[in-house]
Amino acid sequence: MIDPKYRTDDHYDDDLSMPPSSPSSINSTINSTIELVNKNLAKRYAAEKRFQVYGILSIAFGLFCLLLLFTDIISKGIGAFTIHYVQLEVTFDESVLDINDSSDAMQLALADYQGVVREALKKRFPTVTHRPERRRLYSLVSNGATYHLQDLVQEDLSLLGQTRTLWVLLDDDVDTYLKSREDRSGPFIGRLKSEQIEWIESLYKEGEIESRFNRWFFTSGDSREPEMAGIRGAFIGSLLTLLVTLALSFPVGVAAAVYLEEYAPRNRWTDLIEVNINNLAAVPSIIFGLLGVAIFINFFSMPRSLPLVGGLVLTLMTLPTIIISSRAAIKAVPPSIREAALGIGASKMQMILHHVLPLAMPGMLTGAIIGMAQALGETAPLLMIGMVAFVVDIPTGITDPATVLPVQIFLWADSPERAFTERTSAAIMVLLAFLIIMNTLAVWLRKRLERRW
Amino acid sequence: MLKALCIAVVLFVGTSTSVSVWAARDYIEIVGSSTVYPFATVVAERFGRATPFKTPKVEATGSGGGIKLFCQGVGVGHPDIANSSRRIKAREWEDCRRNGVSDIVEVLIGYDGIIIGQAVDADPISLTQLDVYRALAKRVPNPNGNHSFVDNPYRTWAEVNPALPDQPIEVLGPPPTSGTRDAFVELVLEAGCDQVPWIAAMKSVDEDQHKALCHAVREDGHFVEAGENDNLIVQKLNANPKALGIFGFSFLDQNSDLIKGAMVEGHIPSFDTIANGDYPISRPLYFYVKKAHVGVIPGIKEYLMEFTSNKAWGDEGYLTDKGMIPLPPQRRTWVGTSVRSLEPMAL
Repeated sequence: MIDPKYRTDDHYDDDLSMPPSSPSSINSTINSTIELVNKNLAKRYAAEKRFQVYGILSIAFGLFCLLLLFTDIISKGIGAFTIHYVQLEVTFDESVLDINDSSDAMQLALADYQGVVREALKKRFPTVTHRPERRRLYSLVSNGATYHLQDLVQEDLSLLGQTRTLWVLLDDDVDTYLKSREDRSGPFIGRLKSEQIEWIESLYKEGEIESRFNRWFFTSGDSREPEMAGIRGAFIGSLLTLLVTLALSFPVGVAAAVYLEEYAPRNRWTDLIEVNINNLAAVPSIIFGLLGVAIFINFFSMPRSLPLVGGLVLTLMTLPTIIISSRAAIKAVPPSIREAALGIGASKMQMILHHVLPLAMPGMLTGAIIGMAQALGETAPLLMIGMVAFVVDIPTGITDPATVLPVQIFLWADSPERAFTERTSAAIMVLLAFLIIMNTLAVWLRKRLERRW
Repeated sequence: MLKALCIAVVLFVGTSTSVSVWAARDYIEIVGSSTVYPFATVVAERFGRATPFKTPKVEATGSGGGIKLFCQGVGVGHPDIANSSRRIKAREWEDCRRNGVSDIVEVLIGYDGIIIGQAVDADPISLTQLDVYRALAKRVPNPNGNHSFVDNPYRTWAEVNPALPDQPIEVLGPPPTSGTRDAFVELVLEAGCDQVPWIAAMKSVDEDQHKALCHAVREDGHFVEAGENDNLIVQKLNANPKALGIFGFSFLDQNSDLIKGAMVEGHIPSFDTIANGDYPISRPLYFYVKKAHVGVIPGIKEYLMEFTSNKAWGDEGYLTDKGMIPLPPQRRTWVGTSVRSLEPMAL
C-alpha cells in the first residue's frame, strides 16, 4: 500500500485514481495523516519499549536462575573450604606405638598411632573411664589424625619418646556439628551423643578447637571419611583425560576439516560424510560410551577406568564439534588470500599451512576449547568404561585408574554421610571455576589471535 | 590411501596387543553392588593406607553388572572381586564356569536393613508387610474376599487397613534396576503376599505366576520411582511429610535429624533390631573372590584379612559405623576361617 503522506506530496495530480481536490482538502489530508501518525505514535513507542522489555526480562530471568544456582551452590559449599582441628598433647610413647627398632620401616608403618591419639584423648578427659563412653570419646577424632602422626614420625624419628602439642583433624560428625552451631534451626547433632557434645563444647570454650583452611580438600584423593576426602585425584584425572582428548581430537579434527574444505571434491560421498559428521555431533554421549566399551575394552581388552580410555571415548565425542567449527573457520578465510598465495607461486600445501591455517586458527582453537569444556562436564560415556570408581591414589599417568570431576560430584552426591553434601557443592564450584577458566581462555585467544582482512 | 589405511590398522592392532603387556595390574579391581560399595570402599581405603599395597579400585556397577564383568574370564583384564547385595544366581554361576572362572570364594559380610522412612516430624506409622503389599502391589486380592485379583483400588492407607491414618498412599522408592528395589520387592511384597494363604498356596502350583503377581509394583502414581539416589528420597520426604520412602539403613543412620523409620511388624528399625532379626526387612551382603587371581594380583589375601578382621566387620568395627549390620559372632568365625583357607564355594 502506498503511504498516504507520500501520495499527497507530489504525485497527487498525476494520480488518476485520486479525485481532483482543492489545496484546502490537501492540507486537511496532510493534517489527518499527521493526526493518524501521532495517534499511532504512542502505541508504536510502547510496542518498541515492550519489545526491549521482553529482551531485558529474558536476560534478567537467566541471570536470576544463574544467581539462584550460584548462591545455592556457594552457600552450601563454602563450608567445605574450612575444617575444624583439635589441639592434643600427643606423647610419642614407643611402648604404646609398639616400636622397638626405629630403623625398621615396616614397624614404623604398622605402629599403633591410633593408640597414641587415644592416650592423648584420655589424658585430656581423665574422668572418662567407662568403656562405651571411651569409644565415643575416641570417635571424636578423625582417622586422618593417625595418618598425620605416621607422616610426622616417618619424617622425623627424633619425635619418638617426645611430647608435642599438635592440631589434629576432627571427625566429620563433629565438624558438621560445629559448622551448624549457629544455625537458626539448631545444630546438626546427627549421630553425636549428649556427652560427646559436652566434650566438644568444653574443648571449644577452652580454645582447643580451631577452624582452619581445609587443605585436604585440595591435596588428597577420594576418601570414605568426608573430612579427608579431596578432589585432587579427580582434578588430575580430568586433566589427564582432557590431555588425551586434546592430543587426539585436535590434530585429527583439523586435518579432516582441511581435507574436506580444501581438497575434497563436491560429490555424493562428501555430502554423505558431511551429513554424518553433523549427525554425530548430535548423538547422545552415552552412545559413544557404549562404542568405547565395545571397541577399546572388549575388542582391544584395555583395562577399565583409565584416563587413556576415557580420553579416547571423549575424542570420539568431541571430534564432530571440532571438525564442524574448524570447517567454519577455514571457510571464513577469504578466497582472495588463497588466490594471492597461489598467484605468487605457492603450492596448495604451502597456501594452506602458511596462510589459511594461521588465519583460521582462532576459530579452530575456540571450537576446540568449547569441545574440551563439553568433554570436561561429561559423565555418561565414562560411566560405561568404568571411570565411576572409588580411586584413592592420585593418578600419575594416563594408565593409572582415575575418575574425573563430574563423576566425583556424582559419587559424593550419592554418599550417605552428611558432610559430603557440602563437599559436593564445593566440587561443583571447582568444576565451574575450571569451566569458566577454559571459556575465558577461548574468548581471550580469539581476541588475541583474531585478524581482520 | 588404502595402503596408509592398512598401515594404520596394523599399527593400531599392534599397539593394542601390547596393551596386554601393560595389563600387569598391581592393584585389586573390585566391581559390583552399590549397596556394598560404601563398605568395600572403607575397607579398601584403610587397606591401602595401612599396607604397602596400592589402594584397590572399587567400581559401583550394580550387583548384576558386577557379577557379569566378574564372570567374563580369568586374567588381569577382569575384575578380581565382585560385590553383591544378593547371592550369586545359578545362571550366573554357570556363566562363570563356562568362562573358566571355576573357583570362587564366597564371603558373607553382613546385613543391610531396608527402611520405610518418613519425615522426622510426620506422625509415626506402623505397617505390616501385608499392608505394604496391599498398598503397593499392582494387582491385589479382591477386597470382597473372592480368590481373584483386581487392579489395586486403594488410594489411602486407611482403605488398606482402617487402623492406618487416612492419608494418600505415596511411596518414593528406587527404580527396578536397583538392588534395593529387588530386595524390597522380595522381602516386603512377596512376604506380604504370602500372608494371604490362598496366594501362598499358588506358589507350589504355578511359581512363575505367583512371582509375577507378588513382584509387580503398581504404576498408577502411588509408587513413585525416585531414582537411584537415596539422598534425593531423603530430601523429598522432608518436603512432603505425608510421603514414605524406601532406602538403605545407612541413610537413616546418617540423617536421623531428617528422617525416621516406620515400624514394620511392630519393630522400629534400629541397629539392634536389624541385627537380632526382629526387624524383618534385611538382606545379606556378599562379595565373591576369583581364586585364580590370588597370588597373581598382589594383596588379595591381605585385603580379605582386612575385611574379615574384627576391627572391620566386628560388632564394634568400622563397618558398623558406616551402617552395616554385622553377622552374629559364631557365623563370623565360621565365615572367617573358610575365607582364610580360601575354600571355594559350591552352589
